[in-house]
Amino acid sequence: MSQNLPVTKRRLLTTAAAAVTAVALPAPFIRRASAAPMRIGVYLPYSGVFTSLGTKITNALELALAENNNKLGGREVELLKIDSEADPSKAPERMVRFIGQGAEIIIGPVHSGVALGMIRVLQNQNTTLIIPNAGAGAATGELCAPNIFRTSFTNWQPAWPMGKIMHERGARRAMSISWNYAAGQESVAGLRQGFEENGGEIVDEILAPFPTVEFQSYMPEIAASDVDAVYTFFSGASAVQFIRQYHEAGLDRNIPLYAVGFLTEGTLDGLEEIAEGLETTMHYADDLPLEANRRFRAAYQDRFGVAADVYAVQGYDTGRLLVHALAQVDGDTGDAAKLQAALRSFEAADSPRGAWRFSRAQNPIQDIYLRRVSDGINRYQGVAAAQVEDPGTGCAL
Amino acid sequence: MSLSLILLQLVNGVHYGLLLFLVAGGLSLIFGLLGVINLAHGSFYMFGAWIVWWATTTTGNYWFALAAVVIFVAAGAWVLERAVYRRVYESSPLVHVLLTYGLALLLDELRSALWDDEVHSLAAPESLRGFIDLGEGLPSYPLWRVFVSLLCLCLALGLWWLSARTRLGAAVRAGVERREMAEGLGLNTPRLFSCIFILGAVLAAVSGALAAPISSVYPGLDSQALILSFVVVVVGGVGSLSGAFVAALLLGVADTFGRTFLPEAASVAVYVVMFAVLVWRPEGVLASRR
Repeated sequence: MSQNLPVTKRRLLTTAAAAVTAVALPAPFIRRASAAPMRIGVYLPYSGVFTSLGTKITNALELALAENNNKLGGREVELLKIDSEADPSKAPERMVRFIGQGAEIIIGPVHSGVALGMIRVLQNQNTTLIIPNAGAGAATGELCAPNIFRTSFTNWQPAWPMGKIMHERGARRAMSISWNYAAGQESVAGLRQGFEENGGEIVDEILAPFPTVEFQSYMPEIAASDVDAVYTFFSGASAVQFIRQYHEAGLDRNIPLYAVGFLTEGTLDGLEEIAEGLETTMHYADDLPLEANRRFRAAYQDRFGVAADVYAVQGYDTGRLLVHALAQVDGDTGDAAKLQAALRSFEAADSPRGAWRFSRAQNPIQDIYLRRVSDGINRYQGVAAAQVEDPGTGCAL
Repeated sequence: MSLSLILLQLVNGVHYGLLLFLVAGGLSLIFGLLGVINLAHGSFYMFGAWIVWWATTTTGNYWFALAAVVIFVAAGAWVLERAVYRRVYESSPLVHVLLTYGLALLLDELRSALWDDEVHSLAAPESLRGFIDLGEGLPSYPLWRVFVSLLCLCLALGLWWLSARTRLGAAVRAGVERREMAEGLGLNTPRLFSCIFILGAVLAAVSGALAAPISSVYPGLDSQALILSFVVVVVGGVGSLSGAFVAALLLGVADTFGRTFLPEAASVAVYVVMFAVLVWRPEGVLASRR
């Protein structure tokens, strides 16, 4: 921890200097002193598999700030962007660097492993962390802290309502397949809970080694089992491969596939008729019939020339959250407790995904929607479960 | 576990191994003959997949796109060999690693600039989109996989013929074994190196193109192909085509069966094989003990 020492010393000096200045200077000068640009550390992937997610979150964050004249609580904003490379091992050292650079708030990451690395350094510090994607339950569970907020979801959250949907579709005995990593296991656990609450049974769980993309060898096992539904948690390239290989094995003709929305987010290009009819649950749908959603999508398309998606919505809500909270504290991030209270009070009444607010553990309480792939688009089918709150197990907040 | 299921998994493993061989065979040759640790080898695989996706969506014809892959990657490899690799053949492995790693990053940026960072899916050609029905309780088997396996086998046979029955093959084998001696006997190494480099790159690209309808097209394909290829080269022995062939099949089968029978340890199955071979036959599976 010797690396931390200069930072702490420096912050002590800054605080002391600020205190002296505050006493010595007349009031108008104080306003000007706090008008220095607010530094926000942005820690998202700009290379590798998750590049497109990092880019979309950043874009939408910048859109939300631009709509507020690039100011937060009256102060100019300076974004310090570092490529997270989706590499957990690099996260702790870079958080120390952010703090050294004077980052008052840190936004990131996409990848759950990176999130845990960041939390190791930032937990219970004065610097606020806002997670715009990573769904690891622990971040707002056993590792929760007053300075850690999440504007996206927990892996449990969209999975739990799918249990009810699968049961409604007539499934009684189901199996699951996902990668053998935290996100997959947490998602399957959520589904299992929801499915069992409705009287279903998960008879088998396949955990494929992360990050394999060859699923052919699991098809015989699925074909040989006597299940009436398969639940899966894959995203990106693995989702495309899984959907295709499931289809090629002829399994989709007999055993319907269910998943949380990430399976069909940004993966439908080229799958065409293979993905038609897939039902997924998630906290957003592109064609969600809300005025706020239409407005956001038009603004995003206009500015960046591509369509917005769920990741963009999460980035946008992160920006809106900052606009709200920093207006409340007049751009002053010095009093951590005050800033945290302002953040907690955020109620996203006009979010593109519909209304949400923070839970006790500081994760969104939000509607989970049912979507169905039709003509290559995830079409909104209705609310699968209203105002779903992650149990936040292990969080003492 | 029934016999038919085991047979099916064997077919899956062999299919996977054959694809691996195409990528790793080239890497092994380049490593063995040119002495370059080429960390940019996976990039050829990646470009194979991306070019075939791009050309298929623009022209609507997969076979035409496959030809485009061969042409573009051969041209690219020819330029790279002349402009970059040729300058460092005599340098230390550290230079190779730094240079080719940098090159891999650059090529990935190039891919990102040419296309995008999204996931793309590609359907197999119309005529090979069907399935073979294997009967009750078994999944159907996609025709495309059968075709890919057969094509890989043909290419492997072709390579064997090239290596064992032609002057080029004899030159390559001589170059791998005793380079100074071969040069002393009048072997034109610069031209030979160029040929082999292009051949290796094209094989990797074709492998990427053949795998694209199965595995989809996305950023990060390069590192995935590269790591496994190095395992194949280590297991098969540097510079040995037949070694790479056996190693790729061995690893493909080990990986597939590892997942079926030892799902908890599936991700380490290939590395267990590598470790065992390193202990038992450090020069590669087919090498005679020295």
